[in-house]
Amino acid sequence: MDFGSLLVQQLINGVSLGSIYALIALGYTMVYGIIKLINFAHGDIYMVGAYVGFFAITTLGWGIFPALLVSMAVTGLLGMVVERLAYKPLRHAPRISVLITAIGVSFFLEYATMYFVTPTPRTFPDVFSSAGITVGGFVVNGQQLLSFAITLVLMVILTYIVQKTKIGKAMRAVSFDTETAQLMGIDADRVISITFGIGSALAAAGGVLVGVYYNSIDPLMGIMPGLKAFVAAVLGGIGVIPGAMAGGLILGVVESLVSGFLSSTFRDAAAFAILILVLLFRPAGIFGKNTQEKV
Amino acid sequence: MAAMLEVNDINVYYGAIHAIKGISLTVDEGEIVTLIGANGAGKSTTLRTISGLLTPKEGTISFLGQSIAGVPAQEIVRRGISQVPEGRRIFANMTVMENLELGAFTRTDKDGIGQDYEMVFQRFPRLLERKEQAAGTLSGGEQQMLAMGRALMSRPKLLLLDEPSMGLAPLLIREIFNIIVDINQAGTTVLLVEQNANMALSIANRAYVLETGRITLSGDAKELAASEKIRKAYLGG
Repeated sequence: MDFGSLLVQQLINGVSLGSIYALIALGYTMVYGIIKLINFAHGDIYMVGAYVGFFAITTLGWGIFPALLVSMAVTGLLGMVVERLAYKPLRHAPRISVLITAIGVSFFLEYATMYFVTPTPRTFPDVFSSAGITVGGFVVNGQQLLSFAITLVLMVILTYIVQKTKIGKAMRAVSFDTETAQLMGIDADRVISITFGIGSALAAAGGVLVGVYYNSIDPLMGIMPGLKAFVAAVLGGIGVIPGAMAGGLILGVVESLVSGFLSSTFRDAAAFAILILVLLFRPAGIFGKNTQEKV
Repeated sequence: MAAMLEVNDINVYYGAIHAIKGISLTVDEGEIVTLIGANGAGKSTTLRTISGLLTPKEGTISFLGQSIAGVPAQEIVRRGISQVPEGRRIFANMTVMENLELGAFTRTDKDGIGQDYEMVFQRFPRLLERKEQAAGTLSGGEQQMLAMGRALMSRPKLLLLDEPSMGLAPLLIREIFNIIVDINQAGTTVLLVEQNANMALSIANRAYVLETGRITLSGDAKELAASEKIRKAYLGG
């Protein structure tokens, strides 16, 4: 392949990988936006999502779409349970306590999963073997199409919820100023719980798509994508929803280009180099902005 | 007839700090009552306690005959008390219209909400012009109007106003206070917290003077405005 076609092919790979990062990054950014917590257990929520999808497909024999929906529902519920049991009692505790708890939840989910399903990696069944399409000599395979299409649909739905619905407006209000939101009659605890539910459901979709894409899942699969999605969220501006979408895509593309043109060994290094650069030069991220209060 | 709002000997703490030391006050239906006092006297804390953001350690608060001490803030709004918080606290990253929608969060009566948007825009025509603008781009006075309009959207029986004059030019302060009188005459009872004692006493029926967590004086607003002690301490002469 010549340079140009390699570039385009890597961009295609990057966008589909990046759309999965974006799905996970959204949960990070929504939770951070609303309770200022970096939920380090989020990557493990994504892993649980992949397993729920896996069992829905293998044990129950369901197709990819019902499995995806069930995984989102079950994992969304798990996210709400985690919030209720682990984070809610710490609502007025120092932020560091909640952060440490999040790391504890992360270990708990990883090793509880190992206990129940063994640490052995599972082969994700080939549920979406569509031939894919060839555009001008470039191959977009079925899995890439699937992950890109599903991500797109979920993002449109999420944007609609956040921008147009009553619960979405309540989420933005609680995220901007929890106390004033309560003065409007908004039950902040309920809104926070729903935010965890939505964020976890999106991560679950990412988990199932990764299973389909890479054909393999294991209980520790959430660690690296979790960190990468965190980088994506910071890159886009933590707390900003379109930022997480853009950050995920940019990160995916950069990683693919680095693997394609340098070496895949540098892939992870590239992701974390981005984190360092963002923190050095634009800590608020691409879409991050400081709104100033008028007095 | 019992008072609309009855605060009875409440004690409120911020951690170890005893911020409110046994305050009692009443607000009757239809009144404008003002709570004046220096910075840090406990005026905002009193409003925040009535709104349910803080829980009194001792004492009772009743509204329309029902106890509301310890009832969560989101529930207090449903009972008919709405607050315009200190510093306006508008949702700066949302539009003017979205801010008003959030004010009506507890309501489901579409027609009534629609009428109340009209009412708010009639009272604050400048908000209508800036309906789709991000609230953070409004001027200080417009933000105060938005905060008031937003509080009215829950159709409160009792409106709590915390320092509506803060940071505003004298002309605007006058405008805001005229609007408070209008709102009151349209049937909403008002409990007003102010550092600008002059303005507050000029529109209120009754007043309470707060000093370091205690009520030191109370009575008819006109009489207090005329009293030597108040003139010296709060009215600059």
